[in-house]
Amino acid sequence: MPAEQVMTLAAIVLPFLAALIAPWLTRRLGHHAAWVLALLPLLVFIRFASYVPKVAAGGVVTGGFIWVPSFNLSFSWFLDGLSLTFALLISGIGTLIVLYSGGYLKGHPQLGRFFVFILLFMGAMLGLVISDSFLMLFVYWELTSLTSFLLIGFDHTRAASRRAALQALVVTGLGGLSLLAGLLVTWNITGITQFSLLVRLGGDITASPFYLLALVLLLGGAFTKSAQFPFYFWLPNAMEAPTPVSAYLHSATMVKAGVYLVMRLNPTFGGTPAWETILPLFGGTTLLVGALLAIRQTDLKLMLAYTTVASLGLMVMLTGFGSDYAVAAAVLYLVAHSLFKGALFMVAGLIDHESGTRDVRQLGGLRKAMPITFVAALAAAFSMGGLPPFFGFLAKEEIYAALYAADYWSLAFVAVAVIGNALMFVIGFVVAFKPFLGEKVKTPKDAHEGPALLWLGPFLLALAGLLAAVFSPLFHAIISSPMASAVAGHSEEITISLLPHLGMPLYLSLATVVLATAIYLALTPARNAIAATLTALGWGPDRGFDQFIAASVRASRMLTAILQPGRLDIYMTVTFLAVAAALLAPMAIYGEWPSLPAWPEDAEIHELAIILIAFIGLAAVIWARDRLTAIVTLGVQGFAVALIFMLFGAPDLSFTQFMVETLSVVILALVMTRLRLSPADHRPTKQKIFDASVASLCGVGFMLYLLAVTEQPFNSYLTDFFVAYSKVVAHGANIVNVVIVDFRGTDTLGEIAVVMVAGLAILSLIRVRAGWRPGMLAENDPDAPRGEGT
Amino acid sequence: MRTVIFRTVAPYLTSLMVLFSIFVLLRGHNEPGGGFIGGLIAASAFAIYGIACGVAPVRRALYFHPMALSAFGLLMSTLAGMISLPLSVPFMTGNWMKLHLFGNEIDLSSVLLFDIGVYFVVLGAITSIALALEERDRG
Repeated sequence: MPAEQVMTLAAIVLPFLAALIAPWLTRRLGHHAAWVLALLPLLVFIRFASYVPKVAAGGVVTGGFIWVPSFNLSFSWFLDGLSLTFALLISGIGTLIVLYSGGYLKGHPQLGRFFVFILLFMGAMLGLVISDSFLMLFVYWELTSLTSFLLIGFDHTRAASRRAALQALVVTGLGGLSLLAGLLVTWNITGITQFSLLVRLGGDITASPFYLLALVLLLGGAFTKSAQFPFYFWLPNAMEAPTPVSAYLHSATMVKAGVYLVMRLNPTFGGTPAWETILPLFGGTTLLVGALLAIRQTDLKLMLAYTTVASLGLMVMLTGFGSDYAVAAAVLYLVAHSLFKGALFMVAGLIDHESGTRDVRQLGGLRKAMPITFVAALAAAFSMGGLPPFFGFLAKEEIYAALYAADYWSLAFVAVAVIGNALMFVIGFVVAFKPFLGEKVKTPKDAHEGPALLWLGPFLLALAGLLAAVFSPLFHAIISSPMASAVAGHSEEITISLLPHLGMPLYLSLATVVLATAIYLALTPARNAIAATLTALGWGPDRGFDQFIAASVRASRMLTAILQPGRLDIYMTVTFLAVAAALLAPMAIYGEWPSLPAWPEDAEIHELAIILIAFIGLAAVIWARDRLTAIVTLGVQGFAVALIFMLFGAPDLSFTQFMVETLSVVILALVMTRLRLSPADHRPTKQKIFDASVASLCGVGFMLYLLAVTEQPFNSYLTDFFVAYSKVVAHGANIVNVVIVDFRGTDTLGEIAVVMVAGLAILSLIRVRAGWRPGMLAENDPDAPRGEGT
Repeated sequence: MRTVIFRTVAPYLTSLMVLFSIFVLLRGHNEPGGGFIGGLIAASAFAIYGIACGVAPVRRALYFHPMALSAFGLLMSTLAGMISLPLSVPFMTGNWMKLHLFGNEIDLSSVLLFDIGVYFVVLGAITSIALALEERDRG
């Protein structure tokens, strides 16, 4: 393997290694471990940055290992403009987030665990965006859902955290399944399992009759992950997580995985009427709903969370719009959003950390106490509002340039974009102005500037937003243009700069600012109006989720009550009836009854004696007075069968039968004594007749089946094979044993694993506590009142 | 069941059965026998010991928890299958070596190791069930 590939692999694995050493490091260094741990994502960043020249020149980076060649499965990576930009955002912002976490959770007893989770997430997200193979993308996709679950539920003693974590897992997990199905359909249509090949396929797939199915399934994954309407509700609830998580997962990276997927699919799946209808409609709705709900909030984090929902809608809308301009706008907005939203979240966390509250109505006048934070917040808000000289301005100009056209469809989306942008503008400045300007308000904690660990992140991100805009030609050449080319599927040049051109985009920008100023001034009435509307509606997807969960629980309880009535005799009757039906029905349907063999003339006296013993054993079981006798006499019948095996040349089988019979009698007897049943059988006669007929049906079924099998001419292929090769190949004369341990050893390995697991299961069943009732919660469930069931 | 005769005989019977089970295990490759049957015999040996003398002496005699023996067996079988990996042959390929000991030639193989693993799995799983049942029986 070339050294370059080894280095890339190292970069992919590095976050996981960092997660491994994080707890130890945190125990040694406390929160200062952040400085050391941040070096690892920084290394990853530098590694990926070294690919920038190659990718900017139009090249791609690939590598990896073949895993199962027959299924085209591999562990392989593929870096083009799109993946590389994402990889740089993940590792770059990740570095800052690790630092910020060190400051934010300073002194937290579980800081080490937090670092583990966040670094694991970083590794998963990095793997997701550079995956070439479908399977690898899916595995990493699910890993991000899992790590997100752990991070949202980090504060696991609070019920709200647990609910939010579970909700995120259910929604994104269901989406993950949809994604898997979509990838499989795509694989079936094209025979391709790699994105590097898929993007070169062009539009062939859109002609397939299964195109729409694949598209809807894939979008199911993308829309749940990227919180599109109506699945957006998990994202605001995910704000239960500590702020570094919100800044990193739920604004800058993970929620963009869906957008990433949509962008990745654009060259292959895009350009169809379905694509250009579904995406703008859902994206536009998400944009409006998210922005309006953001106005309703008073909590800084929740405001930002809803604008994240809105921004994700905007990106999906733009990607689905179809034109090259729209793709360029989506790309620019994605980068801008990662920078300013990450910064604003960190600012919100900083304010919360220093002042003790996130409620915008209880904050004010912090600019003197926290000057650096104020500057960072202001810069980020300018970018978010799309004002020069920040990167958000470029994005917004490009958005308006892309959307504007003189037809109703375009004009409708221009209106949606203007309203959405204006509302987000308002939120940006609420976060940047309200806590800092005006009279100083008394806050729960006496606020002052936080340590460098805390303000470094937002400050650098805001600075990046400024620099990217000022040096836009360079930035476009190395980042935006390659990424837009990858999304569009053909080479594309982005040229927009800070110099404004008089034209429709600029007028629309002005309209946005005017509208935003009006809303900002009337914020409180607007908030109350939206709140009143929501109260009148009374139902939202969040409640819908609860109803969905409650309904599934009820449905499964009903189904369980039917399938699992809890009575052993019913289970046994059903099982044996099914066995009898499986044996007898095919013979009856196809009329393949075996002919009964003639009585053998050469039957020896000892053979007849053994059969007689078996019958005596059977009769003794039936007429036994108490259960213990019945069990022991059952053994008699089993021994007789073992003797028959021995007589007809199957010593191994007979040997095993002897041992199994002995042990089952012993174990059955032990179970019976433990159950403390009444010694005799109290079934009514009617029940006895029914049970006897079920038993006879099974017995007759087995007999006829065996007769039918032995009537077939004996195929000696396998016997000949084993006789010929057992001694030569496997050095064993006992064919049965050689088959078990050598020729079919892997089967045996599976079987003994089953034996052990069954043993474990039985052991735990025996040890179930006597006081347990159905529906009782686990001992460590924090919701459970001590010592009581529900 | 705890008659004096049974209690006195049980330890000897158990020892003999365990010895026999090992014999059956080892001869399995060429004569009737093998790990599965050997394991069953050993399990019944311990079950008898438990019935005769109580569960505590059996647990003392076994020293390890029977489930641990079972897990050890599964690990051993898996590792026996993996011996073939460094030799670049497919998983579970039997590998043989000849050992010359006191003038006798003894065949040793990864297959034998596998069979011993099977022996321990069966022995451990069945014994732990039987002992757990016997324990509660008296509790």
